[in-house]
Amino acid sequence: MPAPTQLFFPLIRNCELSRIYGTACYCHHRHLCCSSSYIPQSHLRYTPHPAYATFCRSKENWWQYTQGRRYASTPQKFYLTPPQVNSILKANEYSFKVPEFDGKNVSSVLGFDSNQLPANAPIEDRRSAATCLQTRGMLLGVFDGHAGCACSQAVSERLFYYIAVSLLPHETLLEIENAVESGRALLPILQWHKHPNDYFSKEASKLYFNSLRTYWQELIDLNTGESDDIDVKEALINAFKRLDNDISLEAQVGDPNSFLNYLVLRVAFSGATACVAHVDGVNLHVANTGDSRAMLGVQEEDGSWSAVTLSNDHNAQNESELERLKLEHPKNEAKSVVKQDRLLGLLMPFRAFGDVKFKWSIDLQKRVIESGPDQLNDNEYTKFIPPNYYTPPYLTAEPEVIYHRLRPQDKFLILATDGLWETMHRQDVVRIVGEYLTGMHHQQPIAVGGYKVTLGQMHGLLTERRAKMSSVFEDQNAATHLIRHAVGNNEFGTVDHERLSKMLSLPEELARMYRDDITIIVVQFNSHVVGAYQNQEY
Amino acid sequence: VMFYRLLSVVQRQRTSRGWQNWPSARSGASAAEAHSVALPAQAQVVICGGGIMGTSVAYHLSKMGWKDIVLLEQGRLAAGSTRFCAGIISTARHLGIEQKMADYSNKLYQQLEQETGIQTGYIRTGSIFLAQTQDRLISLKRINSRLNVIGIPSEIISPKKVAELHPLLNVHDLAGAMHVPEDAVVSSADVALALASAASQNGVQIYDRTSVVHVMIKKGEVTGVETDKGQIECQYFVNCAGQWAYELGLSNEEPISIPLHACEHFYLLTRPLETPLQSNTPNIVDADGRIYIRNWQGGILSGGFEKTPKPIFTEGKNQLEIHNLQEDWDHFEPLLSSLLRRMPDLETLEIMKLVNCPETFTPDMRCIMGESPLVKGYFVLAGMNSAGLSFGGGAGKYLAEWMVYGYPSENVWELDLKRFGALQSSRTFLRHRVMEVMPLLYELKVPRWDFQTGRQLRTSPLYDRLDAQGARWMEKHGFERPKYFVPPDKDLLALEQSKTFYKPDWFDIVESEVKCCKEAVCVIDMSSFTKFEITSTGDQALEILQYLFSNDLDVPVGHIVHTGMLNEGGGYENDCSIARLNKRSFFMISPTDQQVHSWAWLKKHMQLDSNLLLEDVTWKYTALNLIGPRAVDVLSELSYAPITPDHFPSLFCKEMSVGYANGIRVMSMTHTGEPGFMLYIPIEYALHVYNEVMSVGQKYGIRNAGYYALRSLRIEKFFAFWGQDLNTLTTPLECGRESRVKFEKGVDFIGRDALLQQRQNGVYKRLAMFVLDDHDTDLDLWPWWGEPIYRNGLYAGKTTSSAYSYTLERHVCLGFVHNFSEDTGEEQVVTADFINRGEYEIDIAGQRFQAKARLYPVASLYTHKRRKEDVELSDLHGK
Repeated sequence: MPAPTQLFFPLIRNCELSRIYGTACYCHHRHLCCSSSYIPQSHLRYTPHPAYATFCRSKENWWQYTQGRRYASTPQKFYLTPPQVNSILKANEYSFKVPEFDGKNVSSVLGFDSNQLPANAPIEDRRSAATCLQTRGMLLGVFDGHAGCACSQAVSERLFYYIAVSLLPHETLLEIENAVESGRALLPILQWHKHPNDYFSKEASKLYFNSLRTYWQELIDLNTGESDDIDVKEALINAFKRLDNDISLEAQVGDPNSFLNYLVLRVAFSGATACVAHVDGVNLHVANTGDSRAMLGVQEEDGSWSAVTLSNDHNAQNESELERLKLEHPKNEAKSVVKQDRLLGLLMPFRAFGDVKFKWSIDLQKRVIESGPDQLNDNEYTKFIPPNYYTPPYLTAEPEVIYHRLRPQDKFLILATDGLWETMHRQDVVRIVGEYLTGMHHQQPIAVGGYKVTLGQMHGLLTERRAKMSSVFEDQNAATHLIRHAVGNNEFGTVDHERLSKMLSLPEELARMYRDDITIIVVQFNSHVVGAYQNQEY
Repeated sequence: VMFYRLLSVVQRQRTSRGWQNWPSARSGASAAEAHSVALPAQAQVVICGGGIMGTSVAYHLSKMGWKDIVLLEQGRLAAGSTRFCAGIISTARHLGIEQKMADYSNKLYQQLEQETGIQTGYIRTGSIFLAQTQDRLISLKRINSRLNVIGIPSEIISPKKVAELHPLLNVHDLAGAMHVPEDAVVSSADVALALASAASQNGVQIYDRTSVVHVMIKKGEVTGVETDKGQIECQYFVNCAGQWAYELGLSNEEPISIPLHACEHFYLLTRPLETPLQSNTPNIVDADGRIYIRNWQGGILSGGFEKTPKPIFTEGKNQLEIHNLQEDWDHFEPLLSSLLRRMPDLETLEIMKLVNCPETFTPDMRCIMGESPLVKGYFVLAGMNSAGLSFGGGAGKYLAEWMVYGYPSENVWELDLKRFGALQSSRTFLRHRVMEVMPLLYELKVPRWDFQTGRQLRTSPLYDRLDAQGARWMEKHGFERPKYFVPPDKDLLALEQSKTFYKPDWFDIVESEVKCCKEAVCVIDMSSFTKFEITSTGDQALEILQYLFSNDLDVPVGHIVHTGMLNEGGGYENDCSIARLNKRSFFMISPTDQQVHSWAWLKKHMQLDSNLLLEDVTWKYTALNLIGPRAVDVLSELSYAPITPDHFPSLFCKEMSVGYANGIRVMSMTHTGEPGFMLYIPIEYALHVYNEVMSVGQKYGIRNAGYYALRSLRIEKFFAFWGQDLNTLTTPLECGRESRVKFEKGVDFIGRDALLQQRQNGVYKRLAMFVLDDHDTDLDLWPWWGEPIYRNGLYAGKTTSSAYSYTLERHVCLGFVHNFSEDTGEEQVVTADFINRGEYEIDIAGQRFQAKARLYPVASLYTHKRRKEDVELSDLHGK
């Protein structure tokens, strides 16, 4: 199975094209032994069928976004110039600074930088960030789609609403429901912080809203009215599970509108992992489903950086996950449930949204596909039932939630999809971001003012600053900076422009073999505020 | 703390005038003291901008006798870029017209103090231009030989001599230098104030703290100006708003595009040296180090043009950005390093401050002057590319002449606003392009360099096809044109070395294209040409064209006429081919960059007549040139129509079908003198026709060719090109095209009187073709254009274009020969005899090469039989 190619990854990055084709061919044959014809994509977490290309077709032109605009006259040479590299790296970058006084409370979050670099066309990763308006706190998440981007797109649009609703006190829920009932203006629940490329689908918003409304109506009904003490951890778990359930239900019920009907099926048959952080004052919750990761950057007293992992990967490298899967299924399936480090020999993450092929019974799958639109029916992939499929569900969207109480030495949190973690060690990631962020603080402009400074002194000072900043200088965004390192680092851990430009100028069809989609959010904490909380409460 | 300190600096800059301690900045102001009274209700001219440009225009207009002038300045006089200018006047420029402007400015500023009594701080320091490389030295030598012939002293000197002239310079890494002893420094703000003061004495009214809101326009003419203090009626408006000129141009109801964009520019000021520098210490330009250095109050002033400019004000005037104009030391670091490498002793010198003053740049590195093509009476002078002080005097003079006399005394086409159209006006384009232009100021300018940014704007529908076949592109007026086609087997890496003053790497490629044009057939995409259609309901079209064009257009339907569009002086405003499509409609083909200029000229002279229609159809047609002896075979095979000379004589135009496509305008002419056809194809058929031509042509050995092949072919046949060889000051008689003038028809046309007079008196210059004799193509420097021509050892003119002729195996230059009197320098009549009896030399970067002058093309080039008039009549527009 494709798993071995994951090991080849660093190797592929260093070898010539002929070698890649060799490797790709190798995968190709390996795929053949487990199912019908698969396209030779090397270390896909999920081995898609060619028909999937049509299954999830993006409206946007991926190339246009990533490439930036090309004004050069000459045809694209193999090497991109530094400005071209920058325009690719910066195409999707986004920064948000929390206003210093947002009227209610001083936020423990200074702001965040986010960015993504596509390898798939279109990109299958998604990201979301929003401030909760009816409760305190900020939500940030990265979503890694597979078998298309439909599911990750849907989750990125919907999950935060489910979380926010789960966190709402009973009265607020009633208020909202009454507003909907009487056609009044709704209380805004979330304030989104979106890059222009992060879109919401207009067509499905009504459908999504109805599902969400059903959810809060149930919450209202369930509430006995005795305690409004909402547990964040529980809310997160409920929201994840509920959304996945809704995705599954919507696909089973279908929609009279043929476009929407096809959409909900695409969402359900594709998959997505999610890693979401909820920050409220010093309370940090990370809910994770799948193999994206949350990493806390901690600055030690001596100024050095260390990484604290705030999520567990749900994949074959996680012993307890293997254990869980074995316990959930009969003993005779112990060998088949995880094969070649993949769920049923197919799926790399062991938890995910969507992916009903791993959740529904065979009957249900067949029924839905047969009654579904022709596109679905003609699709070889959707018809294909995973091997050794005896006791579904094999997959869950239930997150693992880790709580962390922020300390002043916790400077930032990195949420990133596995595209980052498979290229860089967590320790390096934290160090690079840490040095970048502190460097940024030191990068105040110099002014001569009234001081006596000679040309020589100034020159010495500037050369020193330049050496320090050489790579930091180009980026105003920590996530961009991290991507630059992730893609362009050479064996010495410094950014090699040549390598960077090679990696970024790979043609669409090759890019996926050298790297995965990378999505990163770097949240910066306000140590002063965190410190003040601590003093207050102790 | 840092923040407040920065803030205080900014505020100081903004509030205290003369903070730079320019001598007597204040004393000058009194003469031109701002009027606080109400604005006049009307004036003949309103000038917007009280910098060096505005005051220079006011000064020159008032000198020429125009008195009713109002100058408006939004802030104070001589603030803005003029105040912060480094104050260097330098005549070492690449363009002849720029050299002349700078030379005039230098002379004007020198006597300004005497004329006005205002101290301008003018000191003749001289300039030294350093060359770190041999290529840079060649570039300097080219400038040097051109400066000398227009009477500006300059010489190439050794590094040792440099060290003698400037004690602080490190000269170890120098290949040589150029010394221009008459360059000077001056306080630019005081120059502007002196000009304003002189203008004010001549009656010009000056109002500061008055902003122009927009210009009022009625029926395509300026009628007045709306300011924040009221309206002024006026006939003429002059936009000298510097970096705000673009915004101001767009603010009218009918927007005028003035393509320019500002970038931040930094220079350093230091305290005096221990032994203060002499005030006449020469200016240094170290272009390879990207810096300039001048003495400044005993210390130095040094700035430069960095590789990574910071464009500013892309979205217009922005208070936030103005406030943020701070010293950016990190940005200045490469320039500071370069300075300390050049003058190591400055290490211990104390910094006074780093000045950040935005400068304005244009898309082609040349300034912008002239009248708007859309609005009569709307003049512009802006976009100085950091040379405002050097050009100020001369540019102001030319613009004033333009307004007063209708045209300037020199050919300023290279600076004319009409070389641009709305297409260069996109903010994104400008931002990207100026980021390339600013570093380019100090980059080596080798022959045939192309801009890299702002490309692929206008393309032919065949662009992708040609690109896939190895086309290398150049750009003209936003249009991509193929230079040559790299064969598939060619090593592409070897082709990156084309930046040279010597034989370029595409030599062999172009040779094979030329050979194919001569022996088989080539196809060249010439879609960029400007194409107009003039139609009328009656004879109006013919009548107006007969008046506007010098050649007889009353020809049978289907005929093509090469003709000039002349001005009153008989000079070429345009040189084009006109096909008579039918009795009442004409198809006019002009050079690519004529799109705006030619349109404006035609519009200006065509009365508003609903029966007469002028249409720009440039975008409607793709033009393919089939060139070579087998072109006729390809075409006849594709059209099943007889294409023998009897059915399809030379210089004839027919609509016919080519392949499946009908309605293709086929013209039996090429722009090179080779046999062949031009196909004007409605764009939706372009790909089809191209594919058909290529597939049918295969058996005749067809291949793609580019403009370099075209250029070689046309120059070896002595075809002059408008915009390069011909301009508004050259007449048909001066380039041997008398046969294209309808003297005997008894029809009046613009320029007729001037030409008649010239025919009687003789011409004062004559276009000739020079074949270089002792020039080694492999080893010697190649000619480009602008090389001085010597006749019997005396300067006689400059070349206008050049190319290697693969047929003659020699370089060929075109250029004008003058007859300067040995005693007085006065221009005398040039006769054919005068040309023929001279011994000629062409000066390429200081080295002279013997050349044979010819007044007619080399007959042996025409391998095929052609009638004589064909030869003379065939013209070209390709470059």
